[in-house]
Amino acid sequence: MSEVTFQIWRGDRNQGAFQEYKAEVTEGMVVLDVVHKIQAEQANDMAVRWNCKAGKCGSCSAEINGMPKLMCMTRMNTLPVDKPIVIEPMKTFPLIRDLVTDVSWNFEVKKTIKKFKPRKADAPDGTWRVQQADVDRPQEFRKCIECFLCQDVCHVLRDHHMHSEFIGPRFLVYTAALEMNPLDTEDRLKDLKDQHGIGLCNITKCCTKVCPEHITITDNAIIPLKERVVDEFFDPLGGLFKMFR
Amino acid sequence: MPHIDVPLKRGRFGETSRPDNWWIQPLVVFLGFSAFICYSTWAALQGNNYASGPLLSPFYSPLLYGPEPYAWFGGGPPSWFPSFLPFSSAFLILWIPGGFRFTCYYYRGAYYKAFWQDPPNCAVGEPRKKYWGERTFPLIIQNVHRYFMYLAVAFIFLLGHDAWEATKFENGRGVSVGTLVLTLNTVLLGCYTFGCHSFRHLVGGMKDILSASPVRKKAYDCVGCLNTRHMRFAWFSLFCVGFSDLYVRMCAMGIWTDYRIF
Repeated sequence: MSEVTFQIWRGDRNQGAFQEYKAEVTEGMVVLDVVHKIQAEQANDMAVRWNCKAGKCGSCSAEINGMPKLMCMTRMNTLPVDKPIVIEPMKTFPLIRDLVTDVSWNFEVKKTIKKFKPRKADAPDGTWRVQQADVDRPQEFRKCIECFLCQDVCHVLRDHHMHSEFIGPRFLVYTAALEMNPLDTEDRLKDLKDQHGIGLCNITKCCTKVCPEHITITDNAIIPLKERVVDEFFDPLGGLFKMFR
Repeated sequence: MPHIDVPLKRGRFGETSRPDNWWIQPLVVFLGFSAFICYSTWAALQGNNYASGPLLSPFYSPLLYGPEPYAWFGGGPPSWFPSFLPFSSAFLILWIPGGFRFTCYYYRGAYYKAFWQDPPNCAVGEPRKKYWGERTFPLIIQNVHRYFMYLAVAFIFLLGHDAWEATKFENGRGVSVGTLVLTLNTVLLGCYTFGCHSFRHLVGGMKDILSASPVRKKAYDCVGCLNTRHMRFAWFSLFCVGFSDLYVRMCAMGIWTDYRIF
């Protein structure tokens, strides 16, 4: 057992500051355990959003020592305890209070993406036949828990605040899951290029680094989508080839 | 697109709560790329010492104009080349591998961070307020990557031919250290080129249903396997192609001797 110093952001949309807390840390604790301990013993009014404590609900997203992480999946023994551990809310979304942010923008963005539109059913009973090999790719994207850590770390949203022009890595993954679905017949490429701002992603791979579900966001979702957009809009030779095929 | 009605705070350049040495990674990338750019530019400008015995530097291969038996079209410079400019056969070909690397998805992400600080590293504040991304000119040009890839694939076969030619000695076939260097260079460049994201898209990524074509599926899986190590091969091949030129140059200058193994 050791005493560790924490600096936790306290405040609302208008004002706030880091407050220092000291807490006893025991083996096996995660950051969320410590935050709960501080909340129970020293700061009863501290706001923190959490739910499953198992890395599956995506509620307890925050920034721990400057990196977007799930508090419930960040073990204390992975953090340097010789200096204060800084815990703050996600910076890309408006703050509600303390560690809780308003992520509702994401739900509005999701509505702008064209829905799943399956091909005609393969069998008379209205079902389809799909090979596992063809669903491997979209299945990786279905692991997303919507913690929005990738949105938080994306510099297009975080530093440039281009929320009205760029849907962010989470929704590029969502679009990739639909676009690569072997049953889907909808075309989202024009939207990706014009409204959803795929060209704004400059492939820094920060989203991949912070994903708690280890989805290879940049290499498997964003770049393949960029390539499909190139197919459609920036490849005259490919277009010519398709015409004569 | 929905917008956020609460003004968000914009971070200052370098502002972060990260306590780690986040600046080391972009610094290493900056120094690594800068060293290669400086050396390759210098080597391309020399216009000499690019061949020794059966060895031909990859910076000059294919040698379009130059001495026999390496050159395709005889001695240079070609008649259309402006006489007031210094000529080096490397100028005629280096734009292809250079363009391929410059527009490569891995390199783009790396040099945007290391050279342009866009961002300096993950969750670290940027120096500029304006951001265009790759949506408008000039960076929209990055979309030509696949055309460079087509040409780069041809280069792999040409470099493979050079490695084969590097086994031809005056007294018959053999293998020297130079042969191994050129072969390793071709293998690493091949792993880098055939693991390219555009190549992966070409061989199968563009299709939603891969199971209908087992050959395509196998090719996609193989390229995907190289693609997961794309960064590693990007660096190894960059180092190896520079070293290959250095090796041939040193041998051509008589400083090193190409040791024949058998």
